Amino acid sequence: MQRSFIARNPSVLLFLALLALFTLVVTVLSEGFGVGVISTSFVKTLGKTLCLCLVAVAMDLVWGFTGILSLGHFAFFGIGGYMIGMWLMYERTRLIVVQSLSQAEIPPTPTEVVDAIGNQIFGVVGSSEFPWIWGFADSLFLQLILVVLVPGLLALVFGWLAFRSRVAGVYLSILTQAMTLALALYLFQNDSGLRGNNGLSGLQNLPNVSAPQSVVSLWFFWGSAFALAIGYLLAAWLVSGKFGSVIRGIRDNEARVRFLGYSVEIYKLMIFTLTAMIAGIAGALYYPQAGIINPAEIAPIASIYLAVWVAIGGRGRLYGAVIGAAFVSLLSTWFTGGQAPDIQLGFYTIKWVDWWLVLLGLSFVGVTLFAPKGMGGLVDLWTARRTPNRHGADLGPDAGSLREAEAKQ
Amino acid sequence: MIRLFLAGLAFVLSCMIASAQTATLQPVLQEHGALIAKSSRKTIAPAIDAIATSGVPQAQVFLEQWAGKNIWMRKSDGVFFIGEKVGAKTYALTDIDGDAGFDGVSKSDLKQLKPNSGVRAMIQTALVQFQLSDPDPLKRQDALTSIARDPEAGLLAPLRASIEGETDDILLTQKQRLERLLSIGYDPDTAERVAAIKDMSGDLGVDVRAAVNPLLRTTREVTGTELPQDRNIASILTPGSESLTETAAYELLVAKDLAPPLTTPDTLRAALAANIDQGRVGGIPVAQLDSDEKRGAAYAALAQAGLVSPLVTEADIKTALSKHIFFDAYNEPSSDVTDTAKEALKTIEAKVAANQVLDLTLDALSLASIYFLAAIGLAITFGVMGVINMAHGEFIMMGAYTGYVVQQIILDNTVSIIVAIPLAFAVTFAAGVAMERLVIRWLYSRPLETLLATFGISIALQQLAKNIFGTQARPLTAPGWLDGAWVINDVVSISYIRIAIFVLAFVFLAIFLFIMKRTRLGLETRAVTQNPRMAASMGINPGRVNMLTFGLGSGIAGVAGVAIGLFAKVTSELGNDYIVQSFMTVVVGGVGNIWGTLAGAAMIGFLQKGIEWFNPSNTLAAQTFMIVFIIIFIQFRPRGIIALKGRAAGD
Repeated sequence: MQRSFIARNPSVLLFLALLALFTLVVTVLSEGFGVGVISTSFVKTLGKTLCLCLVAVAMDLVWGFTGILSLGHFAFFGIGGYMIGMWLMYERTRLIVVQSLSQAEIPPTPTEVVDAIGNQIFGVVGSSEFPWIWGFADSLFLQLILVVLVPGLLALVFGWLAFRSRVAGVYLSILTQAMTLALALYLFQNDSGLRGNNGLSGLQNLPNVSAPQSVVSLWFFWGSAFALAIGYLLAAWLVSGKFGSVIRGIRDNEARVRFLGYSVEIYKLMIFTLTAMIAGIAGALYYPQAGIINPAEIAPIASIYLAVWVAIGGRGRLYGAVIGAAFVSLLSTWFTGGQAPDIQLGFYTIKWVDWWLVLLGLSFVGVTLFAPKGMGGLVDLWTARRTPNRHGADLGPDAGSLREAEAKQ
Repeated sequence: MIRLFLAGLAFVLSCMIASAQTATLQPVLQEHGALIAKSSRKTIAPAIDAIATSGVPQAQVFLEQWAGKNIWMRKSDGVFFIGEKVGAKTYALTDIDGDAGFDGVSKSDLKQLKPNSGVRAMIQTALVQFQLSDPDPLKRQDALTSIARDPEAGLLAPLRASIEGETDDILLTQKQRLERLLSIGYDPDTAERVAAIKDMSGDLGVDVRAAVNPLLRTTREVTGTELPQDRNIASILTPGSESLTETAAYELLVAKDLAPPLTTPDTLRAALAANIDQGRVGGIPVAQLDSDEKRGAAYAALAQAGLVSPLVTEADIKTALSKHIFFDAYNEPSSDVTDTAKEALKTIEAKVAANQVLDLTLDALSLASIYFLAAIGLAITFGVMGVINMAHGEFIMMGAYTGYVVQQIILDNTVSIIVAIPLAFAVTFAAGVAMERLVIRWLYSRPLETLLATFGISIALQQLAKNIFGTQARPLTAPGWLDGAWVINDVVSISYIRIAIFVLAFVFLAIFLFIMKRTRLGLETRAVTQNPRMAASMGINPGRVNMLTFGLGSGIAGVAGVAIGLFAKVTSELGNDYIVQSFMTVVVGGVGNIWGTLAGAAMIGFLQKGIEWFNPSNTLAAQTFMIVFIIIFIQFRPRGIIALKGRAAGD
């Protein structure tokens, strides 16, 4: 008996409805199109949070469902940001350069324009040559493809190396962390071709767009919401089918799945690569809203925070990842932004800017110890109260067990 | 020959000194009075020479005072005195030869000698010969240092003269060495220079290379006809080869006015802009000048009209280059000297390379011992117990901060370090036991969650340290006897702190081996690691053993923190710098085996230093490549260098 995908997963519909409602409310309250209750910078924060939710969904797929604790997905996120950032920076600098060169008596040749752009972009790292990785930076279309392709390829190569040699469990986590560290250290160099620790900046200004930031921020907010919706649907569809059963099997007992004849490595590689691509897309939407990207964003700590969000939200369920990412990152913004009121203890004043990380760290330990299901576990408390719906089948394996009708009483 | 010369010189000098006992300096000064009064760099040389060679003992005093601008000339008769200011406008004069002086002479009667810096430098050079035979060895040492710092041709003779009378053995060796070095550059006799170069060709000193290298300096020159015979030619260059590109060769021709300059894109554009005529350049509309072809055409049109000089074409460059011969000529005219110098440099470089390898090995060893120190605690908690402790780095940090706090209380650095080491062990042991009791105990069956929970502790501890100690780096000062370095020669040296860390690493290894193999705790730990339930039925309390083992691993991390704090700045992020490398060390070495950790640390240390050697300016790249290499290495030995086999391997 085949029922529709939505009917089997009512939570998806609920999630999408809530997301749509949220988007609508923010749009109505925004400065760009609505009454202006929510400031542009807060719209950006919300848009960034949606991107973080998307990468958390990817993390949940790879960790919560497949059991691979990857400490490298924020690196893929960052790479996505770098890829779109290269085009944004190139195109904007090109417009400025063309503008300034058009004042000259003799019109510039294309080579002169490219040289001047190189000078502008790489002046801070003492160079003026375009490195080869900027080869496609003049084309939005190609860079957009690279947003997906580069994280995907990196994940494919790394995953193939790691899974093939049966590196699993904590070893894999450490290895992914090392990969992230290597990437961050590489990008920190001035001759990496991506402006070293200066990173790429000015990404919030879209080239050829004259709309104010209040409007642009909404565009990105919608884009992020749309990407989250699509990503969530894709993830829900993946885990609800046979593929989902296999990856859950891998999480619970890899050896048994292998003995059943499934090629565990291929499944792991597929999910690892796919989630890396999703992370890349999330990053490409995040960094134009943040305005700047530098290698510090990619540092291993960021990927660990990602795991923290998913764990607090509740792994193994997609909405848990979204709740965790949104809740923790917004709370983090609130606390570190200095908005939280200080607590006077008489002999000492707790300033949340200083103490928030201590609280986060300890509450994280608490969640791991006492609530391994995370915040998503709260939903179970509610569903557990409902009577089971087994369509007349036995509730238990034996003939003597309770019938559905009896349970309803 | 040289010995005879030296002996003769010494003889003459000693005669002078002997005969000068009663002599006075003033007549010598008066002889050159006009020159001295003028104190001009161009004309002063004979006067200084006369004073220096006069043999009068006061000459040294006079020269010193002269350089110090303390010499005054009486205007009435031109006699020189040492003057000292006593009143507003009055000076006390001391006679140079020790006769009675004068008090309260008005400034208007006197003229001060103010030698400029050039003259002062000449005076200093003249003074060196006095200082070289000064009775005070410290002064002689100073003179040698100053000669070594900036050698000059004029210093060679006094240096040679002073060797004979040198009584101090150390100074004598220094003088002889310096004499050889000066001979290389300044001896008028070519054969003597060649001999000096040969003498020094086995020496590793930086000063030897500094003396020999200038001999091989070349100038790039070009000639239209044939090679000049009077030049010492190093090599003849073909334009277009690696050492001389065609562009560089042509630029050389332009610089020597042997060819017309190339038109760069910038000058071309400027020329076009200067010749805009009714919106057209050479008949081409300005708006169309956005490609190189159009610009070239416009420029050609201008050149035809005679408004600009014609473009230099590729063919022009080729003919110009083929008409000339390019060569490198040594600045040193004697080919004997340059040949010997080349030979000597080759020998020295080979030796330097061998010593650099040795130095690199020492560096790598010290880096390896640092990684080993940082990882050994982890080798216990992760390697033996299988617990991922992401807060391990923070335990290292706690150890370092303990050392810092102890130093605030106990001011003597040696005592404070001796106190700090057991205290750091105690503090981190307690922290480790607390963590094991409160958190890790509940997560033994869920390793990934241990990783996350300990990570939570790690960020909490880091922020806590930031709140207590602030964000700025705190110093942990090493005791005085650890300052400095063990210098073997100019290439190989290693600081004492690094040797201490090396020793400490071995002490830890010994302690670890002792505890694991010889004590009851070690036996119980191994039993619990292999099979906790069987161990429990043998009467071992696994909970207690796990707690103590974890405490031990954490405690060792704390002591490592004190050691690391001695050479790195203590910040709250100290642990971050070591955590990934520590895990790498354990994983690469092979989990559960201390020898594996040692091998892993050695491999990572040597690898990192080796990569740094290829690209010394870029340690970031070295770390990147090292991690990439480790990821690839794991492919081939997923269980590390020394893998456990059989049941002990788990699974």
